[in-house]
Amino acid sequence: MLKILKYSFFDLMRSRWSYVYFAFYLLLGIVLLFLNNDLSKAVITLMNVIIVLVPLIGTIFGVMYYYNSKEFTELLLAQPLKRSSIFLGQYLGVALSLSMSLILGLGIPFVFYGLFESSAIWDFSLLLITGTFLTLIFTALAFNIALSNENKIKGFGYAILLWLFLAVIYDGLFLMTLILFEDYPLDKVSLIGTMLNPIDLSRTLILLKLDISALLGYTGAVFKQFFGTSFGLIVSFVMLTIWVVLPVLRIVFKSKKKDF
Amino acid sequence: MKRVLILLSAILMAHSTIAQTIEVCKTCSTTSLKDGIIQAKEFDTIIVKKGTYKEHDIVIDKPLTIIGEKYPVIDGELKGEIITIISDNVTVDGLFIINVGTSYTEDYAAIRVRKSKNFVIQNLVLEKLFFGIYIEKSSDGKVFHNKIIGDAVEEYNSGNGIQLWYSKNVDIEHNFIQHVRDGIYLEFSNFCTIKNNVSALNVRYGLHFMFSNDDTYQDNTFENNGAGVAVMFSKRIKMYNNSFKENWGTASYGMLLKEINDAEIEGNTFEDNTIGINIEGSNRINYKHNNFKNNGWAIKVKGACYTNKFIENNFLYNSFDIAYNSKVNDNIFDRNYWSNYTGYDLDKNGIGDVPYRPVKLFSYIVNRTPETIILLRSMFIDIIDFSEKVSPVFTPDDLLDNNPQMKKIAW
Amino acid sequence: MVIIENLHKKFGRNQVLSGVDLTITDGGIFAVLGPNGSGKTTLIKSVLGMVIPDKGTITVLGESIKKSSDYRHKIDYLPQIANFPSNLRVKELIKMIKDLRKATNEDERLIQLFKLEPFLDKKLGNLSGGTKQKVNLVLTFMFDSPLIILDEPTTGLDPISLIRLKDLIKVEKAKGKTILITSHIMSFVEEISDEIVFILEGKIYFKGSIQKLKTKTDQPDFEHAIASILTDNHA
Repeated sequence: MLKILKYSFFDLMRSRWSYVYFAFYLLLGIVLLFLNNDLSKAVITLMNVIIVLVPLIGTIFGVMYYYNSKEFTELLLAQPLKRSSIFLGQYLGVALSLSMSLILGLGIPFVFYGLFESSAIWDFSLLLITGTFLTLIFTALAFNIALSNENKIKGFGYAILLWLFLAVIYDGLFLMTLILFEDYPLDKVSLIGTMLNPIDLSRTLILLKLDISALLGYTGAVFKQFFGTSFGLIVSFVMLTIWVVLPVLRIVFKSKKKDF
Repeated sequence: MKRVLILLSAILMAHSTIAQTIEVCKTCSTTSLKDGIIQAKEFDTIIVKKGTYKEHDIVIDKPLTIIGEKYPVIDGELKGEIITIISDNVTVDGLFIINVGTSYTEDYAAIRVRKSKNFVIQNLVLEKLFFGIYIEKSSDGKVFHNKIIGDAVEEYNSGNGIQLWYSKNVDIEHNFIQHVRDGIYLEFSNFCTIKNNVSALNVRYGLHFMFSNDDTYQDNTFENNGAGVAVMFSKRIKMYNNSFKENWGTASYGMLLKEINDAEIEGNTFEDNTIGINIEGSNRINYKHNNFKNNGWAIKVKGACYTNKFIENNFLYNSFDIAYNSKVNDNIFDRNYWSNYTGYDLDKNGIGDVPYRPVKLFSYIVNRTPETIILLRSMFIDIIDFSEKVSPVFTPDDLLDNNPQMKKIAW
Repeated sequence: MVIIENLHKKFGRNQVLSGVDLTITDGGIFAVLGPNGSGKTTLIKSVLGMVIPDKGTITVLGESIKKSSDYRHKIDYLPQIANFPSNLRVKELIKMIKDLRKATNEDERLIQLFKLEPFLDKKLGNLSGGTKQKVNLVLTFMFDSPLIILDEPTTGLDPISLIRLKDLIKVEKAKGKTILITSHIMSFVEEISDEIVFILEGKIYFKGSIQKLKTKTDQPDFEHAIASILTDNHA
């Protein structure tokens, strides 16, 4: 698996798209920092970018890579290699190269700007960790979609739909539910609702850092325990890990059953 | 400040020519402060040497100067009030007063000033107290450089650090107050100045005004209190250059204004509070040159508030800048800097070309259903906020800053 | 070498294999023939484990292929269409495959044989179909495995390369290896194979030597024999 990971990774590192992605983040970082001239504001804007764009790019890129690397996959399938290691290797290759583009693309301008002397370093690291998690999750989801759909167009369609649902529609439904049932105690429901969507989960993680003052304004005891202690942080990370593991397991399962 | 000290010492020296000095120590002829006061004549000085004096109900009934040398300990043994001043012109300096009695019927204090003028209470350290310094129907005094460390946990069985009741013209400066109910509490007290104090970790408020007019507080720091400062039912209060930090919690805020009229709020910093300023029924207040940074809500306006002006403030990275619970607005927002502003400045005059709407639809939703706070910064919320911005339905449509600054305001 | 019993496979509604029983003995060249869509590639891919059968068992070298994928180290497989990652260089590809399977020096001889030296530094995306097929052949023959499966090995090859391929196959056969070939080029099959397996509508229609086929169909030559099977069954 590690060998395949290596080849996928280098294959991607040479492809134009990794550079586009890297350049995009680099540009974003530079524009945010040097035009805004304010690290705290840049971190907030970055958060918005990360919880929306990283999943989008992860899904699209994952699906695209899967369909585009069909030849490579076929070549590998012809070799005496385990299927699970072929797909996991490819998955990790994509996810890691995307994560690297993210970390380097954003990291370099921030380091040049003087991140290490700044108090924003923890907020920024949290952003990068969350971004990496989102990349891992959404690339895995993308692979799942691609594995289940031979038709490229369909695959892309489902991928975009998935992103749209988790990034926007889910929150809309969530908000409606909360408003409709506002007479009932909702703090558990709202926390569970957050856990079930990796984008919301990441958003909450970042809220814990950026908006803790506002979050503590709410009375619910469960909320308080969640946001007021490290409990929230730990649970969020555990859930994010589960969100990575489940789709990856499905990749393994699905790839074993598939004909080529 | 210095001038006052020089003047004071000049007065003291003038007195010393005619007044006597009495020493109190364990081996002296006078072994207790009470005895010292009985022996002393008016305008004498009593020097209390280092040691522990187990005394309470010490009544100072003539003009005296009491100076502690190397912080002698006056231990009240939890039996009640420790020092009560009932004469004009009394100075108490340099004592370490501990173990004030706790009572549910009487407000025992470490040191009380009753119906007196021209008192000076300075350099005291108060610990294990109920009430710290209690000034009652007195005027023209000074409470300077005291350190008050309580151990309050609950509101109902704790007292305030410095309390003023029906008093006038009192200066409260350079005090350090922690772990009491209210750090400083003023009730029916006018024309007082509260300056350069640090009031932190108190159970209720760092500073609390009730029915007190024409007071000024400036350059104070209020940190980590149940709530920072509560200004209630008072008029013409001036609040300058104070710092309100980390007042976190459900009903917590940097500052509460309730039924306040004609106040000046300038140069203050509100940082990391759940609510920066909570305003209820307050009118004609000028907010100028304040920094609101990283608060949950920078300003929360409840109920009827008329003709307030918010001019040239910095609103930096607050989760919500302004929250309103009504659709009516009679307040002015002008020339502020809003870090959440996303407009542009094509004519390069430093003022954004599009007005800024500080009230978001989402703050209205959160007000209604508090659990929705969990959706803060979601893309869906951004979308509905945007549509509300374009055509306001739920929020006051005339609430805008027509001249949002492009750069943080410096003054 | 390979024992296939009662193999069924359906793709969607399309029943591709319906009860294939086939035993391939050790040594010799077996040609798998059949019209387009008869299930040749599916059969081969089932042996390779790339297609998961609905029903039936496959045993390769005495081991059921369901249990593990280790048996595939004993198979050299030439895929039908040489689809390679287009931004890899030929040299890198060969190096990579060696890295993935095992080290060998055979590749140098094969590169020489197919005159591939000038293309080593070219990207695979820029190669012609025939050159790609040659690279494909190098990748297949450089490992010395007892079972060789060739899916349409002649595609795109020029006559000289074709001759070299035939020689190569014969050399491998002489080593006592078992070689499984699918091809549409009848002359190639006739020249090279010891035995043919004819698949029709998902079943083994015929298995035996070319001579036997000729006798069975009562046709003088191989091509007509095949044609007669097809016309008999479709007319």
